[in-house]
Amino acid sequence: MAAYVLRRVLWGLVLLVLVSLLTFVVFYVLPTADPAQLRAGRNASPALLHEIRRTLGLDRPLPAQYWTFLSQLLFHANLGFSYYSQASVGSLLLDRLPATISLTVGAVVIWIAVAVPLGVISAVRRGTWVDKLTTGGALLGISAPVYWLGLVALYLFSSDIGKFPLLPGAGSYVPLTQDPWKWFTSLILPWLVLASTFCAVYARLLRGNMIEVLSEDYVRTARAKGLSERRVVWRHALRAAVTPLVTLAGLDVGLLLGGAVLTETVFGIPGIGALNYDAILHADYPVIQGTVLLAAIFVIVANLLVDIAYAYLDPRVRER
Amino acid sequence: MSATASPALHVADLRVAFETPDGLLQAVDGVSFEVAAGRTLGIVGESGSGKTVAAMTAIGLTRGARVRTSGHVLLDGEDLLAASPARLRALRGDALAMVFQDPLSALHPLMRVGDQIAEAVRAHRPGVSKAAARARAVELLEQVALPDAGRRAGAYPHELSGGMRQRVTIAMALANEPRVLIADEPTTALDVTVQKQILALLARLRDELGMAMVLITHDLGVVAEAADEVAVMYAGRIVEQAPAAELFAAPQHPYTWGLLRSMPRLEAPVGAELVPIPGRPPSLIHPPSGCRFHPRCPYARERHREVDPALEPLAGAPSHRVACLLSEAERRAIWEQLAAGASPEDARAAVESAGPVPSAGAAEPPA
Repeated sequence: MAAYVLRRVLWGLVLLVLVSLLTFVVFYVLPTADPAQLRAGRNASPALLHEIRRTLGLDRPLPAQYWTFLSQLLFHANLGFSYYSQASVGSLLLDRLPATISLTVGAVVIWIAVAVPLGVISAVRRGTWVDKLTTGGALLGISAPVYWLGLVALYLFSSDIGKFPLLPGAGSYVPLTQDPWKWFTSLILPWLVLASTFCAVYARLLRGNMIEVLSEDYVRTARAKGLSERRVVWRHALRAAVTPLVTLAGLDVGLLLGGAVLTETVFGIPGIGALNYDAILHADYPVIQGTVLLAAIFVIVANLLVDIAYAYLDPRVRER
Repeated sequence: MSATASPALHVADLRVAFETPDGLLQAVDGVSFEVAAGRTLGIVGESGSGKTVAAMTAIGLTRGARVRTSGHVLLDGEDLLAASPARLRALRGDALAMVFQDPLSALHPLMRVGDQIAEAVRAHRPGVSKAAARARAVELLEQVALPDAGRRAGAYPHELSGGMRQRVTIAMALANEPRVLIADEPTTALDVTVQKQILALLARLRDELGMAMVLITHDLGVVAEAADEVAVMYAGRIVEQAPAAELFAAPQHPYTWGLLRSMPRLEAPVGAELVPIPGRPPSLIHPPSGCRFHPRCPYARERHREVDPALEPLAGAPSHRVACLLSEAERRAIWEQLAAGASPEDARAAVESAGPVPSAGAAEPPA
């Protein structure tokens, strides 16, 4: 197991280098905007532009620029400095991470807590109104884009523009350490909006898995043993049906920790996603590199953790 | 049947039909049998003959919105078909237990086998502690002769061999010392040598615990080895029922003959070929008219398309019953030919050319 994990970690490092190279190629080699131009302001003289390019190192050959970035990262754990805000990329990421973690963890808790009972009940009561309602709701949740759903939620419930001003609206995020209650209320709408899509997908998936598992022989055996229907469904069937969902949840959490760009933008939450969004707007290449790498790390780590978790959940996988 | 003791399990006129998009599928059509404590009834038939559905209905696993059930399943006099879901749950796994065909798929793949057995104990004995239930699971695994039971209780199903897994499912069924054990094809998924061990194990446990056992199989060889009585099922009905020795000595139904002749036997004449039964099991949504076996029966007469035979005792042997329109004398004559190695066609020709056979049973109207 240890050798396996080590191998996976090494592979992960190789992957990170590839990701950074790809990001570099996309943004430096095929730039969408000129960072020097953005910094110099209007009507800047060519001399000033040249000076800025020189300061930022943009006038050096591309391989040299990449090598500088990579060697700084590998040997000094330095992600560079933002072109825009004059802060180090590392400190920017650290500043923004708590908001993203808050958003992700709350949403995960909600969508799992809602999707699991919904999926199980709609599988057990297939074809009844509960099932049809869940199916309809799931369709809505899957089809509605997060930015639209977010705006609708703000329009309906936010304290500033809402028809039913129940909850703090966009831009109300407060760090947990500063005021836990405000932190909590400000995140309720984003949590619900972010969770809705995932909840729909997970409930549908679990329903399908449950229906399949409920017709398995071992579920029949559980009934033949005289177990209560509740135990048959919630212990025997769910245990087998939920395992694939754990994999998916791990990967989704990894993705979201890399920044829920749309949700963070709509609700003005200062997280990694919003940082990434701003960095792209400002052609702030070092910050883009930083956010992309951080997201890649989360995905790689999530993948590894999921594989390890799977071995514990399914003993049949362990031997391989 | 010479039941001296009152039967532990008594099934009377059981009918089970499933509503399907194509119509009503009559899977079990008026089946009756009984099993006394310490005895084994073998139920034999092809896939689709209704033997498994009958057993599953007895234990209440076919209950559902699209299932129509009638008749009685009496467990020590208590009707299981009329029992409430809660009562049924209390009985199954306790007084009435079942062993299934494929032990790998019948065991939960993600749970340790010892825990699965302990769970069966605690389902009916909520007062038993987890530790005590686990200890009982090991004891049960020892009882079914699983080598190294203490360690294997901690294994997952995929870590055991097929024979070991079937021992585990048997241990699970025995967890609460049931009065009736239904074993549905318990050896079909196993190697031949392991089959023998499992059958011997079941027989030993039946004697030790004084259980009544229903052994469902498609394999007459299994029945010959393990059953006291035999019921042969075809298309949802019992077509022949007799003490095992009697059935193998003087089989009466053409379908039973077909099963016997399609079974390899050491004592068969050298060169005798295995003869498969031609055709396929009939549709249970639109069953054949008259005798349900007539489309596949080499001895069917015109009249057999119209008359539906009842299961009736033989003149000299009240415990041997058969549902066949041939006269007893004709059947005896045909089986003699078949037993000597004749083909069904030759047997029929020989019996018919010998002229009208003196009829012992119902008088046959002139053709």
